[in-house]
Amino acid sequence: MRDFDYVVPKSLDEAVARGKQAEHRFIAGGTLLVDLLRLDVERPAALVDLNAVLSERISWAPNGLTAGALARNSDLADHPDVRRELPALSQALESGASPQIRNLASLGGNLMQRTRCAYFRDPGVAECNKRRPGSGCAALEGYSRMHAVLGGSRACIAVHPSDMSVALLALDAIVRTRRSQGGREIAIADFHALPGETPQVETALEPGEIVTEVFVPASGFSRRSAYVKVRDRAAFAFALASAAVALELSGEKIATARVALGGVATKPWRALEVEAALLGRPPTRETFEAAAKLAANGARTTPHNQFKVELARRVVVRALERAAA
Amino acid sequence: MTAVGKGIARLDARAKVTGKAQYAAEVPVANLVHAVLVTSTQAAAKVAVDVKDAEHAPGVLAVLTHHNAPKLPGAKTKTGPVDRVLQLLQEDEAPYNDCPIAVVVADTLERARAAAERVAVRYSSGGVQTELRERLAEAYAPKTAGPREPADSSRGDVPAGLEAAFVQIDATYTTTNQHHNPMEMHGLTAVWQGEQSLTVYDTSQGIFGVRKKLATVFGLAESNVRVISRYVGGGFGCKGSPWSHLALCALAARVTGRPVRLVLTRPQMFSLVGYRPRTIQRVVLGADARGKLTAVRHDVTSETSRLDEFSEPSALQTRMLYACPNVATSHRLVRLDVPTPTFTRAPGEATGTFALEVALDELATALKLDPLELRLRNYAERDPHEDKPWSSKELRRCYQQAAERFGWAARRLDPGSQRDGKLLVGWGMATATYPAKQSAASASARIDREGRVLVQAGTQDIGTGTYTIMAQIAADALGVPVDRVRFELGDTSLPETPVSGGSQTASSTGSAVQAAALALKKKLLALGAPLRAPELDLRALDAWLAQRTEPEHRAEARTEEKAERKRYSSHSFGAHFVEVKIDADLRQIRVTRCVSAFAAGKILNPKTAHSQYIGGMVWGIGLALLEHTARDPRNGRVVTRDLADYHVPVHADIPELEVIQVHERDPYVNEIGAKGIGEVGITGMAAAIANAVHHATGKRVRDLPITLDKLL
Repeated sequence: MRDFDYVVPKSLDEAVARGKQAEHRFIAGGTLLVDLLRLDVERPAALVDLNAVLSERISWAPNGLTAGALARNSDLADHPDVRRELPALSQALESGASPQIRNLASLGGNLMQRTRCAYFRDPGVAECNKRRPGSGCAALEGYSRMHAVLGGSRACIAVHPSDMSVALLALDAIVRTRRSQGGREIAIADFHALPGETPQVETALEPGEIVTEVFVPASGFSRRSAYVKVRDRAAFAFALASAAVALELSGEKIATARVALGGVATKPWRALEVEAALLGRPPTRETFEAAAKLAANGARTTPHNQFKVELARRVVVRALERAAA
Repeated sequence: MTAVGKGIARLDARAKVTGKAQYAAEVPVANLVHAVLVTSTQAAAKVAVDVKDAEHAPGVLAVLTHHNAPKLPGAKTKTGPVDRVLQLLQEDEAPYNDCPIAVVVADTLERARAAAERVAVRYSSGGVQTELRERLAEAYAPKTAGPREPADSSRGDVPAGLEAAFVQIDATYTTTNQHHNPMEMHGLTAVWQGEQSLTVYDTSQGIFGVRKKLATVFGLAESNVRVISRYVGGGFGCKGSPWSHLALCALAARVTGRPVRLVLTRPQMFSLVGYRPRTIQRVVLGADARGKLTAVRHDVTSETSRLDEFSEPSALQTRMLYACPNVATSHRLVRLDVPTPTFTRAPGEATGTFALEVALDELATALKLDPLELRLRNYAERDPHEDKPWSSKELRRCYQQAAERFGWAARRLDPGSQRDGKLLVGWGMATATYPAKQSAASASARIDREGRVLVQAGTQDIGTGTYTIMAQIAADALGVPVDRVRFELGDTSLPETPVSGGSQTASSTGSAVQAAALALKKKLLALGAPLRAPELDLRALDAWLAQRTEPEHRAEARTEEKAERKRYSSHSFGAHFVEVKIDADLRQIRVTRCVSAFAAGKILNPKTAHSQYIGGMVWGIGLALLEHTARDPRNGRVVTRDLADYHVPVHADIPELEVIQVHERDPYVNEIGAKGIGEVGITGMAAAIANAVHHATGKRVRDLPITLDKLL
């Protein structure tokens, strides 16, 4: 860890201005950033503390949920309106990390979560295009059991580790931000970036831009939603594969479907082909199994992570069964 | 008055939970500075180290590399058969990845770390070999299997036994790298008193081995090196041997003339302090139609480094566990560009029982025989390898009591025949076994004029309850209440004892403590202390002590293996019965129930014994389902280098573990009648789980760990 400055801005505008400066990093809960500082992966000139300028307020209105970027993961997961109206979000949050980490980790920080790729987290590895753009990717030919089978590129196959973001994707969340020109809204589907040739660019945020709150609309499917996560151990582990799904039923038929995958892709992954295959069908196991076959279409696998293709299908079926129940 | 056999809580528990217990890296020392290791990012490489930037970083006192480190004549001298070659900056080489190549010393830990990140290294490497499977052609026979046993064994005629068999099983099993990962990382504080005298506060399972190694490396008299290790936050084998960082810390202290503290980082724990080596084990079984074994072959290949020979003795239990006239075993090693492996909880038996006990399950399946019945039909009434009677063996009762408690009789024979909704249910069992060892040990006991008893032995308490059981043993031997006894350990200035490894502390040090206390009692009685035959008269003793002129009375004793014991074979035994539930679609595996019974001679303290047993069983769950160190074959670097990527079980992975302590009287094993209990709990556990997974799914997984992708 190198010496760095610690800055406490007095206003959101000041935070934006500070954050634009070279090598300045925002910190909220710090559950990941402090880890990366200790690993010498992050070497900031200064940390800009957002705790005084953002809100942790969580509020439910008939049109949906508004949560401040500082809302702690545990508070959001345990909020009665979230449990009732957005079960997939509550379940996703509770399946992540440990209670201690959830008590500290913020909503905004979870959205900005960095990959757990072991090569990214080890500065003793020279090749990582995320950490050192242009240096190569050690994971492509390396130990890649945890890595992405969807959305990867020749530059990066690091998996996006967030559970919460997968649920937000299925629920059509909107990310509200502040930058120097003022506020804007970014659809969650546009928030996370594919690695392409620039895996160091992980989100749509501009330098200095800050997530201020997240809005999750109430919809015909948000109540009938579920999150299922499969992992190696029973708790405190990242997903091998996970799925957030939401269904709107009309009579005996599926009128709307949302299916998002976690643990298998370089960003929270919307399985549009699965959704299309569900429409107009009865919510039965046969329907789910047929549709889930499309879950990992276009997958590119390694010998280590090939199993994720089949696992993703099965997780989708289980999540759909839960949501339909 | 008997303290032994009572489940009293650990005497050191309060100090530990209140933070009063001081560990090696928190002992307060004046004038302290901090050292950080820089380790290589390549293996089998020559290194050139550039320290200019680091030397000028704030707070830096010294940066040691092979360019400037003092030459240590004893750097490569081995102090015993299991001692290791250390990497002490004597050469421009990094034989394995994450090998120490520089030591940075600074006034604060933070500054030392920051400077360490500025050390620049260039490598020239000519290719790395770390894949065991790819180098099997290079396998060779080691001098021994484990520290002592012959690499190969043979009795009877295995080919003839296989010829005569009604059924044969021939299967290959593999186990993977496992790291000990104690909660407390290795760390020490090194303080020189002049040039010739060194004190080290270490976290160690074997302080006398550390003393010997440091004395050898630095050319000191052993009497001028003192090693203190009062509390150890877990060891499991990795703290049983002296490793490079120890001597490097002492070296940094000598060069800077300051007391130096060095604590390994968690990633460094994956390369610098040993690990359980990978094994490839072929087991061939032959049996007649009734399940009686006619032949057993067990051939083990494991890895070692190019620096040292460490052979995982996975076939030893196969020589003695079942009655079979024709048994052959072998151990082979392959040298790779990896760090040296080491003893890891039940080295040999943990991995070896996996192969043997799964093979037996395969045999039971082939014979359509209950797996427990198969074991009983091959029960060894005496040690068939050494051809000696057992000093005691209540394994049959272990099988019976655990099976009954578990409800084993209701098990359906066919795999996949038990379900609980969406969950597949499987029941599996296996035998546990670990040898009862004893080494020479010394202890002293004294009583002062106020009747306070102080018992001392150098030994270590690695979290097992040594402080407590030694006080219990001494109290009973002397005939005083346990709260009168204080037991001191963890200091080489105290009487010498063996390493706390091989489950031998209770038998070795316990025998010495008992002998010292008995000698003290004898001395007191000879001086005319009041007697209520055959014990001291406690009510009169205090008055008698108070009027004596001596400030205290003291006795010492040294014990070793009883001569009589050599006529017997001594082992702890046990049996595990395990239930797993496996999600029919998602294939997530959970151990949902476990009943294990153990017989290990006299149980000195059922409470600490219970903790030892369940600790071993938790390790067995980790070995079976979770733990795996992945090494990148391109450069030999560990990829799973923290506790997020290297999975040890969490609470949610562990069901209630039920332990039955089967009564066993052993008059021969040692003076106190106790066998070891720290390691037997892990043995057989991985096999019982693997067998339950097969029973649930019909799928036989022969490669550990059994992760869900292997069941998809």
